[in-house]
Amino acid sequence: MSEQELDHVVIRFSGDSGDGMQLTGTQFSNTSALMGNDLATFPDYPSEIRAPQGTVAGVSGFQINIGSTEILTPGDQPDMLVAMNPAALKANLGILREGGTILVNGESFDEKGLKKAGYTETPLGTPGLEKFKVISVPMDSLLLEALKDIELDSKSKLRCKNFFALGMTYYMYNRTSDATLEWIDTKFGKKLPLVAEANKLALKTGFNYADNTHATAAQFKIAPASITAGTYRQINGNQATAWGLMQAAESADLPLFLGSYPITPATDILHELSKFKHHGVKTFQAEDEIAGICTAIGASFGGALATTTTSGPGVALKGEAMGLAVIMELPLVVVNVQRGGPSTGLPTKTEQSDLLQAMYGRNGESPMPIVAASRPSDCYEMAYHAAKIALEHMTPVMLLTDGYIANGAEPWRIPDNLKEAFPTIKHKRITTAKTDGEAFQVYKRDEDLVRDWAIPGVPGYEHRVGGLEKDELTGNVSHDPINHEKMTHTRQAKVDKIADFIPKQEVEGEMTGDVLVLSWGGTYGSTHSAVKAMQKDGKKVSLAHMRFIYPMPSNMNEIFKGFKKIFIPELNNGQLKFLVDANFDVPTFGYHKIQGLYFTVSELVTAINREIETL
Amino acid sequence: MSELPQYKKKDFVSDQEVRWCPGCGDYAILSSVQMAMTKIGVRREDVCVVSGIGCSSRFPYYMNTYGMHTIHGRAAAIASGLKAYNPSLSVWVVSGDGDSLAIGGNHFIHTIRRNIDINYLMFNNEIYGLTKGQYSPTSKEGQITKSSPYGVIDHPFQPASLALGAEATFYARTIDTDPKHIQEMMIAAANHKGISVVEVMQNCVIFNHDVHAPYTARATRDEHTIRLVHGKPMIFGSEMNKGVRLVGLSPEIVTIGENGVTEADILVHDAHAKEDTLAHFLSRFTYPDHPVPIGVFRDVDKKTYDDAIDEQIAQVTKKKGKGTMEQLVHSGDTWEVK
Repeated sequence: MSEQELDHVVIRFSGDSGDGMQLTGTQFSNTSALMGNDLATFPDYPSEIRAPQGTVAGVSGFQINIGSTEILTPGDQPDMLVAMNPAALKANLGILREGGTILVNGESFDEKGLKKAGYTETPLGTPGLEKFKVISVPMDSLLLEALKDIELDSKSKLRCKNFFALGMTYYMYNRTSDATLEWIDTKFGKKLPLVAEANKLALKTGFNYADNTHATAAQFKIAPASITAGTYRQINGNQATAWGLMQAAESADLPLFLGSYPITPATDILHELSKFKHHGVKTFQAEDEIAGICTAIGASFGGALATTTTSGPGVALKGEAMGLAVIMELPLVVVNVQRGGPSTGLPTKTEQSDLLQAMYGRNGESPMPIVAASRPSDCYEMAYHAAKIALEHMTPVMLLTDGYIANGAEPWRIPDNLKEAFPTIKHKRITTAKTDGEAFQVYKRDEDLVRDWAIPGVPGYEHRVGGLEKDELTGNVSHDPINHEKMTHTRQAKVDKIADFIPKQEVEGEMTGDVLVLSWGGTYGSTHSAVKAMQKDGKKVSLAHMRFIYPMPSNMNEIFKGFKKIFIPELNNGQLKFLVDANFDVPTFGYHKIQGLYFTVSELVTAINREIETL
Repeated sequence: MSELPQYKKKDFVSDQEVRWCPGCGDYAILSSVQMAMTKIGVRREDVCVVSGIGCSSRFPYYMNTYGMHTIHGRAAAIASGLKAYNPSLSVWVVSGDGDSLAIGGNHFIHTIRRNIDINYLMFNNEIYGLTKGQYSPTSKEGQITKSSPYGVIDHPFQPASLALGAEATFYARTIDTDPKHIQEMMIAAANHKGISVVEVMQNCVIFNHDVHAPYTARATRDEHTIRLVHGKPMIFGSEMNKGVRLVGLSPEIVTIGENGVTEADILVHDAHAKEDTLAHFLSRFTYPDHPVPIGVFRDVDKKTYDDAIDEQIAQVTKKKGKGTMEQLVHSGDTWEVK
């Protein structure tokens, strides 16, 4: 058996919702991470928990791109597809690279399986599959034979099929099985020793079967990635968001309070934060989205770093309460893990279509800063920044992530010194009594227009805030026309001033050129990879990827002036483009994809080239 | 901690001009609450009054304590977050029948269900006042209002039944014409650990004047209310000779001394009964078929949400030790790249 070196490979594990494909993919990515590869993952599953078995609608996929070079996206086209049933083959055939490898469970292509997938005859061996290398393995009988001495029923044994397939791919891509064997032991070892034994044996059997049968002509090797030295761990976006919020709480020396209602794809942040009681995190699973934000506002008034986590439909419900936080000038982080909309839309698919909702989705003049995470690990940093802005400027802040980076995982280089990477957050919480006998002036501001954060329990600061317009100093209810206009301007000016405190916009590449690619949020992996490839080709293309969106960094106009075209690719109908057009007189060109999918690098390269050709 | 100051009522009066309509029942409630505050053994800086929207919701502005006048229906949720975050505070929600039972109905029942230690005052005037006279979830069937010119066709809530159905551990009712009784109920609510719901039968002088008059007006109220006292028979009437007798599972109003009825036949109130059967039974008493019960319907102990959230944190911290981010980011699988 020969060995062939690859700089990266894209594998897609695909099967029925109940086949354990998310688990299989996660194991493959954990193993690859521990072997030093850079990687990016893309779990792709239906919104039904168990859609009708065997149907195309019920197919659950997990795509992973591993490499010895920098990997920032889960890959445009899989090089290999693991299809556990006919439906999985049918659902994914269109995206597979020509010449790619398909591993199927041959025995699933029986009359019943084919019918459920909508095939009239088996596709195996037909011309439609000629451009791929198909490896058909009778997984059921091999597995039952290998596990014949284990006292489990056949159904339970067949549930180990995913580990058989994983074992085969481990062999093909020269992975070690140690981490997965250890995981199986930890997960099932004590409680279900037979299940543990069966799964381990399934993994080994698959591995050996691939070896013995020379399933592929060559065994592929992907060397460890040459990435910055340091300690790494794998992290997904939702986990990173949760940890970033906890980091902010630690940096601000405040307890973290989360009020939340479960919603896809944001729920994992609630799951994650509810684990950390010993970090002092208080999580409140509220009765609805509105109570989620309202409990957080209550905690914020009380002096907590408060947050609420949701997706677009939840943000719609929280609109009125966000306005309350704006007018009361209380710190609050609202996390929107965006998904396809409108309404319920595409709950498990990604989109960037809530930017204008974040900007304008409240009644009245209600400015609220927006930041957006660029990749899974960046959620940690941007959650910290969202909290920092909220606490230092006494304002609610919206953190936008999306389903793609929320569920996607990648290696994260752990900062060598967390305290340096995430310095102390200074806030204006008052903890000592007021003794001068004067009434506390609620809306008296410092030079950055920030008011003091007086909290219940501290004598002398008893005061009332609320949703009615308030006097610019005392905080008493005021319907005075001039006061209202002044307060409206002040709230705006306070948010505008935040531009002085956020980093300047960075540019990857030259400061002048033909095209500036202006992207934001979760598309970074694709836009960065596309621009980098084009720069290598000598194209005069640079990238400005925005993470601080409102207010915008102060140097945007200066950057725009250096380019002939501003190309703005978004997973929406042109929302950042709308904001840029509204604020700058520059030639913008949008590129929009609204399919619930991320950008492939090749489609961006094609689109950017088109802009260059039409200069 | 220094000694608790000897508060006077004025310590709880803010500098804001009270702007309810002349003759509004809210004035008496405000005054009684301010008075009660001097007697509950809580520091002023630890008191926070939270309201939603409606006439009643102006209340926080008139209290010289911490306060929040928030958005329609959400006071319970905002107060829950505040109390869950800082259980040492004395948190009071002031709300109305529309704010609590219509737009805020969901928060109302779930806040009660959690048994979070909040004092929840609901001023029930059976009408929407601030939006100028539409029917509310407690308006009577057939009532003519601006939004029901031909009569209300909705069936009303009985707030007590709803709250008890949501597992309220404390429910009391009082009337805006009896400041002393309001005070007593406020103090009882403050002393109860867990959710304390107090319904105040309140008069809207403009849009629903005298709706409660038969059982709140001085001249007639003794005849039409039962003052519930734990452990005492349910005797009422201007001559204190009427009572409630249980016949099967139904109440019968009887007169002591007539037809051989003695005090021993009268049902005895038990506010601390483990099951809420009696409290439910009383919650179904409505004018004019029955005397209207006022006082504490139910007052029982149950684990509070705010205690539980802190206990869980203490338990996990004891087991795992205080977590730090430095530990967390290095936990689980990590690897070195050289």
